[in-house]
Amino acid sequence: MTPTEYEFLKRFLKERSGLVLSDDKQYLVESRLVPVARKNNIDTLSGLVMAMQRGGNAVLANAVVEAMTTNESFFFRDKTPFEHFNNIMLPAMLEKRASSRSVKIWCAAASTGQEPYSLGICLKEAAHKVAGWRFRILGTDLSSEVLEKAKAGIYSQFEVQRGLPIQMLLKYFAQQGDLWQINPDLRAMIEWRKLNLLENFSHLGEFDIVFCRNVLIYFDQQTKIDILQRIAKMMPEDGFLVLGAAETVVGLTDAFQPVAGQRGLYQLKQAAGASAAPRMAMASSFGLK
Amino acid sequence: MKQCLVVDDSSVIRKVARRILEDLQFQITEAEDGQQALDACRNSMPDAILLDWNMPVMDGLEFLTSLRREPGGEKPIVVFCTTENDVAHIARAIRAGANEYIMKPFDREIVEAKFQEVGLI
Repeated sequence: MTPTEYEFLKRFLKERSGLVLSDDKQYLVESRLVPVARKNNIDTLSGLVMAMQRGGNAVLANAVVEAMTTNESFFFRDKTPFEHFNNIMLPAMLEKRASSRSVKIWCAAASTGQEPYSLGICLKEAAHKVAGWRFRILGTDLSSEVLEKAKAGIYSQFEVQRGLPIQMLLKYFAQQGDLWQINPDLRAMIEWRKLNLLENFSHLGEFDIVFCRNVLIYFDQQTKIDILQRIAKMMPEDGFLVLGAAETVVGLTDAFQPVAGQRGLYQLKQAAGASAAPRMAMASSFGLK
Repeated sequence: MKQCLVVDDSSVIRKVARRILEDLQFQITEAEDGQQALDACRNSMPDAILLDWNMPVMDGLEFLTSLRREPGGEKPIVVFCTTENDVAHIARAIRAGANEYIMKPFDREIVEAKFQEVGLI
């Protein structure tokens, strides 16, 4: 791949998906796009770039975007966000939504589905507390290929062994040869939709909890700001935003502020100071440890 | 430093597991079958046991059942590590007192994830 070809791919991916590739990511491009080229009977990456430059092949263009933006995921990734969900977000919602008994959760970069399913498992484990409640989980991703996998809920033996306790595997999956499929009732808890975060997403409605982890890191500063501000507009003032371990709102937007002492957890600015419930919930979560 | 007993009749598996676990700061002892493992535990209870299922002399499940009856035998955290990858085997192991279960083939990430799961690291 020549520098010119790399530049072309960088520009193409920035325009199409917002993905920002630094100059040292040639290895990543090669490892992700060589399989795409092969699948399309193209011998080299240069050949792939030429085919893209000729234009007119939307399927190929999509395949390139999907291959470059698909990320590895695993169940209960990083653990802390799910502890926050169980100990802070869920108790706060059970208190504040006591009249509507309805909570909406959005996983904005759901990838192959492990994050929404992990949240579904948290809710199943809390069944006695959430009986009679309606929890809607929406999982969105840019890539229709990963969404297909997410929807099927079928994972390899390697995938189910990272982050998932063996008891949970027995409880929430059915074995199919070497593969494991999420049980139908858990699959039914999640709705899947293809969505590009660069495009307008206000039509999705309001969400009490938004997981937007490990996706902002791929965007440039202005795009991050724009996405965070559009997410803020879709949340009630007592809602929660969860970012990845390497991400923050600090220096990007005033719309959110960190929940003190809870890494990766944010609330809208006006809510964080005024709301007593999250503080009480935090106190009880400390008490449990 | 935590002690981990690696029980497997394959010297290759023991070597691979030893390398991974030593990187995770465990002190390793090895046993080639369940009987050797039981003798080792009677001598000194480890903090963790990585346990194969199918072995000559005494298999992993038999060992685990005996271990849990020994004085102090409830203490070690036992992680099965076996090619017996079906639900029935997993459920039997858990009932017999296994804390976690690794389905072979395994890699460094899986061992690390599972040992984290049971609070060993």
